[in-house]
Amino acid sequence: MTPAVIAAMDGAFRVVGNPSSVHSAGRAARRLVEESRETIAAAVGCLPAEVVFTSGGTEADNLAIKGMWMQRHREAPERTRLLVSAVEHHAVLDSALWLATAEGAVVEQVPVDGFGAVRMGALRERIASDPASVALLSIMWANNEVGSLQPLREVVALAREFAIPVHSDAVQAFASEHVDFAASGLCAMTVSAHKYGGPMGVGALVIRRDVTPTPVLHGGGQERDIRSGTIPMPLIVGMAAAFQEGTARLDEHRASIAALRDRLVSGVQQLDLGAELRGHPTERLPGNAHFTFPGCEGDALLMLLDAAGIQVSTGSACSAGVPEASHVLLAMGIDDAEARGAVRFSLGRTTTGEDVDALLAALPDVVARVRRAGLMLR
Amino acid sequence: MKVLAAMSGGVDSAVAAARVVAAGHEVTGMHLALSNNPQSFRSGARGCCSLEDSRDARRAADIIGIPFYVWDMAEQFRRDVVEDFVAEYAAGRTPNPCLRCNERIKFAAVLDRALALGFDAVATGHYARIVDGGHGFALHRARDSSKDQSYVLGVLEQWQLEKSLFPLGDSLKSEVREEAARLGLTVARKPDSHDICFIADGDTSGWLEERLGEQRGEIIDAVSGAVLGEHHGAYRFTVGQRRGTAISVPAPDGAPRYVTSIDPTTRRVFVGPPTLLDVNIVEGVRAHWCQGVPAVGSRVGVQVRAHGAEVPAVVEAVDGVSATLRTLQPIRGLAAGQAAVMYEGPRVVGAVTVAGSRRDA
Repeated sequence: MTPAVIAAMDGAFRVVGNPSSVHSAGRAARRLVEESRETIAAAVGCLPAEVVFTSGGTEADNLAIKGMWMQRHREAPERTRLLVSAVEHHAVLDSALWLATAEGAVVEQVPVDGFGAVRMGALRERIASDPASVALLSIMWANNEVGSLQPLREVVALAREFAIPVHSDAVQAFASEHVDFAASGLCAMTVSAHKYGGPMGVGALVIRRDVTPTPVLHGGGQERDIRSGTIPMPLIVGMAAAFQEGTARLDEHRASIAALRDRLVSGVQQLDLGAELRGHPTERLPGNAHFTFPGCEGDALLMLLDAAGIQVSTGSACSAGVPEASHVLLAMGIDDAEARGAVRFSLGRTTTGEDVDALLAALPDVVARVRRAGLMLR
Repeated sequence: MKVLAAMSGGVDSAVAAARVVAAGHEVTGMHLALSNNPQSFRSGARGCCSLEDSRDARRAADIIGIPFYVWDMAEQFRRDVVEDFVAEYAAGRTPNPCLRCNERIKFAAVLDRALALGFDAVATGHYARIVDGGHGFALHRARDSSKDQSYVLGVLEQWQLEKSLFPLGDSLKSEVREEAARLGLTVARKPDSHDICFIADGDTSGWLEERLGEQRGEIIDAVSGAVLGEHHGAYRFTVGQRRGTAISVPAPDGAPRYVTSIDPTTRRVFVGPPTLLDVNIVEGVRAHWCQGVPAVGSRVGVQVRAHGAEVPAVVEAVDGVSATLRTLQPIRGLAAGQAAVMYEGPRVVGAVTVAGSRRDA
């Protein structure tokens, strides 16, 4: 977080009062929430009333998937199908799978191409086969692992033909893409503060005023009666400060990290380590470089790079920390062994050219060691 | 040195890691995940593979101030330890899975991987001592005899001892707990682990039955050959066992009856008086000699159980892969599959897997 964001939150933590209280202290807190809502709405391209604050991206995805499906299904019981891309974040995928188990939703994972982008032909076929049974479509803005942008404009246009609402998880995209909710034609969209230089623990479901999802959290009815729970005013103030700052510098930021990323990608390829760039070569987030290293275990690469002062990510890990092959890579048609050699390099506002050089200098030795270790396990 | 500290989530491995750090080494903490689904293994303070243990290990690493990672060895563990355990019981033998895990996972797959990744050694919280005798390394019993784990480490060979660190070998368990408390480790008072880590409730017979199914067979009097009853699976029995034989007919002399042998092909379980259990010739295979093959005629102490007593013996025949031992006092109830670890004073000479045993009067 930048000093400006921290300063904004520091001030907000000193304001006494619950935004939902009617007395003067409550009103003062409320004012900060509403001003923040306006700032965030301007950054996102929506109306202030369309911002429903949540505890983060996961909760917003849960609310969108469960709440919108249940509402649409209640309005018309024949709407049972829920279409999601096969490369969604687990917050979307697992919410959908829960609906299938608990509520009888018919969940279909729409296949993706080798770059991780939704296959539009397959999507059209699935919708057109029985449009009246589709309750909801959820396709992320950009994939969080391999960075590929989804053909969201085409998805929305297709869904509009059949009057099907579309939700999109824009948590990863929002940090570096021009995201405009109104122009997107989406019905609902998830954003999160901490992926954009804001605090952890706050996010929002941006949702059209005429859509009322069934609540997931019940209680005091804050946030349009869609989301109950005390409004975390200081976190929201921090989120607004981060969004304001980020949006003002978006173009500059995009250009600088894309240049660094391109340098990283070509640098890795020139090292001749057999690394393969995953995700779309151009239609991808500017701060994302994703590689698989054949014969390597991603978690071992992570460990040795970490020891060299370079922090990277692998796919995902279970609660005990056991690494698993990424469902995103598997959906892209990459086999299990190759998927285990995946490493994601994320570049942010503080990444420098020296960081990229340090990575390129450390990588050959690290890969050689990890490859040797991999052979031991066979 | 760059040292990989294996951290189970228990107090011993946490203190071992802290000691390696204090000795000035560059230490990385590592928790071994041995189940594909951590929730499926036992939870709580016992065992080595639960979610709580992974968390405890991570917290210890935080407090010690070292990086921490989880290594997934579930597949190798299933193949080399769990399936081997089932197959051994199915074959009428009594395996020691901890020893097998040390032999195939901790000091093989883990050590190989660590060395390839650039570590110089692996440290664990085992109670045993590695002594550099000038002519290579030797494994010795721990100072704390009640905690000594040299038996389950008897399969380690020279190259493995060379790359292993056992920082607790010279300490008493009570000292280790005190040190943990002094360091502020949350696991200082965590109970010791017992039993088999992959059998969640400790019910080995039930666990085996789930995997091998019910396999009824006869219980036979080893003396008279008479059929005394029926059992639900020979894998439920181990040689030397007295309880659970469910025999209503008492022995003619009223003496208690023990399992004396198991024939896995006919599923027959033989029972008889305790005198039938006494053996003095032990045939061992799959030998590991950490400092070379001992001489024929040499005197050793042989231990056949994790916390069993040492019995004096003479090496009657020996080569690189097997050994025959004559014990100078009888061993009661020795099952095929058990490990026989040989000692010379505190030093481990080697280990064999018992293939057969008999009474040579």
